[in-house]
Amino acid sequence: MTQSYYGQPVLKEPTWTWEIPCYFFTGGLSGASSVLSMSAKLFGNEKLSRTALYIGAAADAVSPVLLISDLGRPERFHHMLRVFKVTSPMNVGSWILLVNGGASNTAAVLELLGILKPIKLLAEFVAALFGPPLATYTGVLVADTAIPVWHNARQELPWIFGASAAASAGAAASMFLDPSEAGPARRLAVAGVVAEGALMQTMELRLGEVGEVYRQGAASKFSWAAKALAGGGAALLATRGRRSRGAAALGGAMVCAGELCLRWAVYKAGFQSARDPKYTVKPQRERANREGSKASTLPA
Amino acid sequence: MSVLETSGIDAWGDEKHERMGFFTDTSVCIGCKACEVACKEWNLIPADGQEFLSRSYDNTGELGSETWRHVAFIEQEKPLRADDGSVGLRWLMESDVCKHCTHAACLDVCPTGSLFRTEYGTVVVQQDICNGCGYCVPACPFGVLEKRHMPAPEALPAFLGNKEDGRVWKCTLCYDRLKGGHEPACSHACPTKSIQFGPLDELRERADQRLAKLKHEGWNGAQLYLRDPDDGIGGAGAFFLLLDEPEVYGLPPDPVVTTADLPEMWVNMATAAAVLAVGIVGSFLFGRE
Repeated sequence: MTQSYYGQPVLKEPTWTWEIPCYFFTGGLSGASSVLSMSAKLFGNEKLSRTALYIGAAADAVSPVLLISDLGRPERFHHMLRVFKVTSPMNVGSWILLVNGGASNTAAVLELLGILKPIKLLAEFVAALFGPPLATYTGVLVADTAIPVWHNARQELPWIFGASAAASAGAAASMFLDPSEAGPARRLAVAGVVAEGALMQTMELRLGEVGEVYRQGAASKFSWAAKALAGGGAALLATRGRRSRGAAALGGAMVCAGELCLRWAVYKAGFQSARDPKYTVKPQRERANREGSKASTLPA
Repeated sequence: MSVLETSGIDAWGDEKHERMGFFTDTSVCIGCKACEVACKEWNLIPADGQEFLSRSYDNTGELGSETWRHVAFIEQEKPLRADDGSVGLRWLMESDVCKHCTHAACLDVCPTGSLFRTEYGTVVVQQDICNGCGYCVPACPFGVLEKRHMPAPEALPAFLGNKEDGRVWKCTLCYDRLKGGHEPACSHACPTKSIQFGPLDELRERADQRLAKLKHEGWNGAQLYLRDPDDGIGGAGAFFLLLDEPEVYGLPPDPVVTTADLPEMWVNMATAAAVLAVGIVGSFLFGRE
C-alpha cells in the first residue's frame, strides 16, 4: 500500500473551472480553422475558405472571454501581457492567442465589409501562421504541471490536442457548407478523429497505472462520450455526409461535441490524478528505490 | 537547465543577499503550533473556519492559502530508536512550509511575473500583480499554493460580480520582516528551535551535524529532506529533518520541477504544430472525390 498522510492528496487540484476545457476546444477550433481557411484559399475553394475564416474568428472571439472569466481577478487579465516568458506556457499562449485572435477577427471583419483586401490577406496569413501553435500549446500548458497524468503524457498531449483541433475545424466547416464544397473539411475531420483515437490509446498504454484515471469517474464518462460522438460523427461524415447536407450537419456537430468531450476528459483526468496521493507518491517512490532517492539524505 | 537559471538570485546584482532559508528539525518539534499561530498573526491571514479532522492533533489539514505553516501529526506503532527492541507508539510532528525551491515550478509557470525570486533567494507572490490564473497551483510538486476564496479585502469593480479575493497566497518567508532585519515569525515563535532560520549554507552544515548525531543515538528513520542541491528541485530553501519517509508526512518522495522538461516539450509542440499544418494542407491534396 502506498503511504500517505491520512490519504490526503500531495498536490493541489487545479483551480480552473468549466471555462478552461471549453477554451481548449475553442482555441483548437480557431487555430486549425485559420490554417484550413488559408489552405482553402490557396487551393481555390473560396466558400470553404470564408466559412473557416468566420468559424475561426468566432471561436477566437469567445476564447478570451472564457479565459478572463476563469481568472480569480478578471480585471487584471492584461497582466498576462506585462511580460514575455518562455518558461510559462500560459504566458506564451496568451501572446499566441492575442496575435491569432486579433488577426483572424481583423480578417473576418474586413471580409464582411469587403474592404482593404491586402490587409485582410496579411491578417489571414498571420492567423494561419499562429494557428497551429494555438491549437497545440494547450497540450504543453497542462503537461507542464506536477499532475502525473498530465506531465507523464507530455509527449502525446500536444499531438492529441492538435488532432482534436483538426477534427473540430474540419467538422465545423462541414456543418455550414454544401457537401460538394466540403470535401477537404470532411477528410480533415475524419483524419483528425482517427489520429486522435490512436494517440489517446498510445497515451493510456504508455501511462500505465497513472493512466487508469481515464477509466474512472468523470474522465471515463467524457472519454467514452468523446469516442462515441467523434467516432459516430466521423463515420456519418465519411458516408452519407458526402451527399446529404443534413447528414453533414449532424455528423459535423457530433464530431465537434466529441472533441469538446475529449478536452473535458483530459481536464477531469488531471483533477482525479491530483486527488489521489497514490499517483504522486508511488511512481516517485519506485523511482527513488530504483535510482536512489535524490530528495532524501540518509545518515552516512 | 538554462531557461531555469533566469529565475535565479544572481539577477539581483549588487542588491543580492546571502540566500536565507529554514531548517525544520522535526526531531525536536513538540507540536505546539506556535509557528502556525505566529504566521497567521503576522501575515494577517484570515481565519478560514474550524474543522475537526480526527487526525491526531491536526485540525488544520494542509498548507494552503490560509495556512502557510502546517503542523502534521502522525501516530505510529514504531520504536523511536532503531535498536531498542521496543514496540511503542511514537508521535511524529512536523511543521511544513513552502519549500522556496531553487528551481521553483510556480515561479517558472507564472504568466504575469507575479511570482518572483527575492534578493534572499526566496519565492514570493506579488499580490498587486497576481490575477488569479491558478497556473502555479497544480505546478507546485508539494501542493503549497492555493487560490484564496475568502471575501476580497477591497471593493472590486461591480461588473465582476465576484467578491472573492481570487488571488494565490503562500508563505513569503516573511519578506517584510527580512527587509526590516527580523527573522520570520514562525522561527521566532518556535520554542524548541525546531524551526531554524539563517543563511542556507550554515543551516545545511548544522543539519548534517544533527543527522550524524541522531544516527549515533540510533534514531529510527532519520533523514534530511530537500537538503541536497542535486535533487529534482535543485534543493530547497526550506528543508527538513524527518524521522520517516517523506510520504508519511504527506511530502512527495522524489519531487521534480516539471519545467526542467519544458525545452523538449516546446520542441515536441512545434513538431506537432508543423504536422498539423501539413495535415490540413494535405486534406486538399489527397482523396479528391
